[in-house]
Amino acid sequence: MRKSNKNQQKIREQSGTYALQGGENVSEKKILLGNEAIARGAYEAGVKVSAAYPGTPSTEISESIAKYDEVYAEWSPNEKVAAEVAIGASIAGVRSMCSMKHVGVNVASDPLFTAAYTGVSGGMVIVAADDPGMYSSQNEQDSRMVARAAMIPVLEPSDSAEAKEFTKLAFDLSEKYDTPIMVRSTTRLSHSQGIVELEERTEREPVAYERNIAKYVMMPANAIKRHIAVEERMKKMGEDACGMSVNRVEYRDLSVGFITSGIPYQYVREVMPEASVLKLGLVHPLPRKLIEEFAARVDTLYIFEELEPVIEEQVKSWGILKAVGKELFTVQGEYSANMLRERVLGQKCQVMPQAQVPARPPILCPGCPHRSVYSVLNRLKIHAAGDIGCYTLGAVAPLSVVDSTICMGSSISTLHGMEKARGKEYIRNWVAVIGDSTFMHTGINSLMNMVYNQSAGTVVILDNSTTGMTGHQDHAATGKTLKGEVVPAINIAGLCRSLGIEHVYEISAFDLDGLAEAFRRETKRDAVSVIITKAPCVLLKGVTFPDKCVPVQEKCRKCGACLRPGCPALTKNEDGTVAIDETMCNGCGLCEKLCKFGAIETRKADRT
Amino acid sequence: MSVKNIMIVGVGGQGTLLTSRILGNLAVRGGYDVKLSEVHGMAQRGGSVVTFVRYGEQVAEPIVEAGQADVLIAFERLEALRYLHFLKEDGVVIVNDWRIDPITVVTGAAAYPEGVLDTLCAARKTIVVEAMKTAKELGVPKSFNVVVLGAAARYVGFGREDWLKVIEETVPPKTVEVNLKAFEAGYLL
Repeated sequence: MRKSNKNQQKIREQSGTYALQGGENVSEKKILLGNEAIARGAYEAGVKVSAAYPGTPSTEISESIAKYDEVYAEWSPNEKVAAEVAIGASIAGVRSMCSMKHVGVNVASDPLFTAAYTGVSGGMVIVAADDPGMYSSQNEQDSRMVARAAMIPVLEPSDSAEAKEFTKLAFDLSEKYDTPIMVRSTTRLSHSQGIVELEERTEREPVAYERNIAKYVMMPANAIKRHIAVEERMKKMGEDACGMSVNRVEYRDLSVGFITSGIPYQYVREVMPEASVLKLGLVHPLPRKLIEEFAARVDTLYIFEELEPVIEEQVKSWGILKAVGKELFTVQGEYSANMLRERVLGQKCQVMPQAQVPARPPILCPGCPHRSVYSVLNRLKIHAAGDIGCYTLGAVAPLSVVDSTICMGSSISTLHGMEKARGKEYIRNWVAVIGDSTFMHTGINSLMNMVYNQSAGTVVILDNSTTGMTGHQDHAATGKTLKGEVVPAINIAGLCRSLGIEHVYEISAFDLDGLAEAFRRETKRDAVSVIITKAPCVLLKGVTFPDKCVPVQEKCRKCGACLRPGCPALTKNEDGTVAIDETMCNGCGLCEKLCKFGAIETRKADRT
Repeated sequence: MSVKNIMIVGVGGQGTLLTSRILGNLAVRGGYDVKLSEVHGMAQRGGSVVTFVRYGEQVAEPIVEAGQADVLIAFERLEALRYLHFLKEDGVVIVNDWRIDPITVVTGAAAYPEGVLDTLCAARKTIVVEAMKTAKELGVPKSFNVVVLGAAARYVGFGREDWLKVIEETVPPKTVEVNLKAFEAGYLL
């Protein structure tokens, strides 16, 4: 990637405002993910600080921005911390960004709702990546609703090129209107690639610091005044929005008009290129006048927005009752071009019915340490209050260990709640399971609560040395930063002991007997205990398994014990004996340990 | 030209992302507008995955929908069948003759369908590729995906030289040689 010529691009502060000095306009076209384009936009806008916790579909924003030397980028333990880091950087006068998935916005909402009151010094952008269709999430909430509640403006791009442009614009608007601003993405935007024209970075001098407690200390007397400023700002911005180029009216055939934004705009263009469109780039606050004009000029008016009727309800509240939205389109899942073909044009799209084939849900990888731990919990008939990560997959057959999953860090506190509701005996066959990264995210708070309020719960921390599900990001207990620096790793066992927990044990995730003994013993105990199961994620860079598991067919009694944990590398031959796919097997040895007849051996693999 | 719609389907971990990147870069090199859509995160863990590639003069939507695909590249038989209805009537499916049992089949909750290749052949123009066999002969079983891509190349378009150049620029440097060999082997099948 290009680096800017800092001298050439040096920007001077002039009487408290930024003066932009254009560098050479270097045009380079690249094909970028929506997330990479957001990172590029922030880079070109001169962002100095970026903080985030990984979460699909937002993760690649941070991974991309970390590659620029000019930007400080970090994985924070959670989204609240990330938002506060960005707020601090903004108060210190530089452009800052925090990015997160939609449910991360919930975690960050405490600082965000009040940062809307304080406003900014350096521009501050929150990127929220929603997940319509729930490809990798526990709900499909709409971040525009949160932004409206927080009184934070929202920009919504509709392809990679706009993702870059809108992110740059977001920083300008943030400073112009003295507000944090949200760039809202969705999975389809974040994980689609399109052509983007790269430009140079514009460096900026930090805004000179001035102590201003009326703006930055939100105690009642100050906050009361700031709330007035917030209302005025949103009103002003709504008026100005009518003239913003990101809110674009495309008049074509006036018999049909669409108000739309983001990815759904592309479906409208795909299916009805002749229809008139009001494409909203700023989706909060809405440009009321512009919408009223557009609505008056078209005969039939559709509002085509994924998830909640955010635009629609406002438009209808202004008396534009001819607008058709959720009567025809759904609040659930992703939209599509075929949805328009079918529901607006009345076409039949599918040329043949979908074949009836077995489902192929995601599963734990061959060699995954979670499978080993779950196989023991399953055998002991222990239930687990679950959490967010790959190990959520332990809910389904054949492992069927996890009974509940709500949100990040919830396993420990829900188990605690169950105990307080029904007593210690009730949770004798229960544990909480949580990953190392999720434990650092918000699990630690819940563990403190267990200690403080005298729980007898058993917490199993599945430590695979990474944030697995999102694609292997580091965290405070891995000893490496987002920028790749080696730093002291927080010791999870030591952290737990420091809370005053006496019974903290570290056991290999593949020590089946050790695990079984610890689970039996600790669930009986009348005090909090923590069992940390250790083995790195098999997909983690540098993790190699020297062995392969190989069946010894003549010894196989066809009992199926090895198949029970559901390793995808294992199947049955036609005669009922076990077969192991050598290209999939990582040689973890779990199946060998489960075989009482010695019908599986681990052998040295000649890996290529 | 009208927009060309290509789908790559398979099982998480089979390398659909890498192959879609090759296709994307190929389209950029050809001077086309291009959009790709991928699945990251949870679904990648051994689940059914699908990647869309669309290229042409101007591309609006980033996905390919049912009944719209020109080419369906499948790294596994069952996955070809799962997405068969995405093909246009004159669309073509290039299928790797390879079976991976979904967990629902392993646990006995469902049965792997019989005669998948026959079903495919009866419905649409079908090219069956024994890519794993070829890749094993090359000594790198994991390169099977590029073998399939090689076999799909003449249906996707672009010249052989363009493919080779783009593969060289897209795959990790250490794997260039084997991937070029894998492509050539697939191309000649």
